Amino acid sequence: MAEFRLPRNSRIGKGKHHAAGNGASNVRRFRVYRFDPDSGDNPRMDSYDVDMDDCGPMVLDALIKIKNEIDPTLTFRRSCREGICGSCAMNIDGSNTLACTVATSSIRKDVKIYPLPHMPVVKDLVPDLTNFYAQYASIKPWLQTRTPAPPDRERLQSKSDQELIDEPAACILCACCSTSCPRYWWNSDRYLGPATLLAAYRWLVDSRDEARGERLDALEDPFRLYRCHTIMNCTQTCPKGLNPARAIAETKKMLAERRH
Amino acid sequence: MSLRSPLGRVLGSGSAKDGTEHWWMQRVTAVGVLLLGGWFLYALARLPGFSHAEVVAWAGQPLNGILLVLLSVTLAWHSKLGVQVVIEDYVHGPALKVFSLVLNKFAHVFVAGAAVYSVLLMALRGQL
Repeated sequence: MAEFRLPRNSRIGKGKHHAAGNGASNVRRFRVYRFDPDSGDNPRMDSYDVDMDDCGPMVLDALIKIKNEIDPTLTFRRSCREGICGSCAMNIDGSNTLACTVATSSIRKDVKIYPLPHMPVVKDLVPDLTNFYAQYASIKPWLQTRTPAPPDRERLQSKSDQELIDEPAACILCACCSTSCPRYWWNSDRYLGPATLLAAYRWLVDSRDEARGERLDALEDPFRLYRCHTIMNCTQTCPKGLNPARAIAETKKMLAERRH
Repeated sequence: MSLRSPLGRVLGSGSAKDGTEHWWMQRVTAVGVLLLGGWFLYALARLPGFSHAEVVAWAGQPLNGILLVLLSVTLAWHSKLGVQVVIEDYVHGPALKVFSLVLNKFAHVFVAGAAVYSVLLMALRGQL
């Protein structure tokens, strides 16, 4: 059966509190999920008081400040700090999003930070995305053609053709959508999840691609595609404002249309 | 513990090439239930009374009987598709899953059969 409670060794305990230094006047409290696989202990919630007068505006700025100045053992992924690499995807204030694009001031009360939901945790805020990336690889996310490319130029595309893939191609594979989806939580071994299905759709509507039939064949499966029940958490949480739910609906329409 | 590659695990046994029929019929039966259900509620509201004799007389009329049979079958069909999704979502043990899926099918066919039988009884009451 699907698991509705965390396993005993994953349940969250009380953690340590790190107070702000003397003289801090504009203090915000960050409550952060901590898990160290080497310790053998259960996960815990540590809290850190951060002086916002001496900290950048985004949640990622605060996490970097905590790591640099308060607790160097805090582990998280980050790279571009401008919402294009997708590394700092985590669950902040109850929603999956990018720590670098969420302003601390937009959150009321304590800032609660967890790793992306329902994924194996490597350490602290770092989830194991092995399965997620394998799912992305499984849909062959590259151009497939039989017509050879023109010898003297690139494959041409009209402006309206390009516009079809503008939105789905803007996905940064941060995994916020897939890990917000209850269907993905319970069936991620077989359901591809919104991020991978959005990527699949990006190639289905690419005017240069000639493998649409094979791509649809590979998706036509009660679990790979049809586990999606249009819950739409994916679209609501996408930090890039994309619409994976619509892409999945369009894919289902393609499959229905080719039968009639 | 398996050393199978992550991609190998994801590709698994390949696509079942199935699911579109289920998805499509869920929508088609939903439209059917909407239309027949609307008629059913309308007809109930217009019934002069709910005594046994009055209801049996109403259901015994040919068009009412036909629509009642269609409503029973469509409703059971739609429900069967929906419950199947719930089972596939949440029941993961292979034996329990197969058992639940088969039971789901049988139970819905039984309910539909019982409903159709009841309507026929009312419709053919006078003629048997």
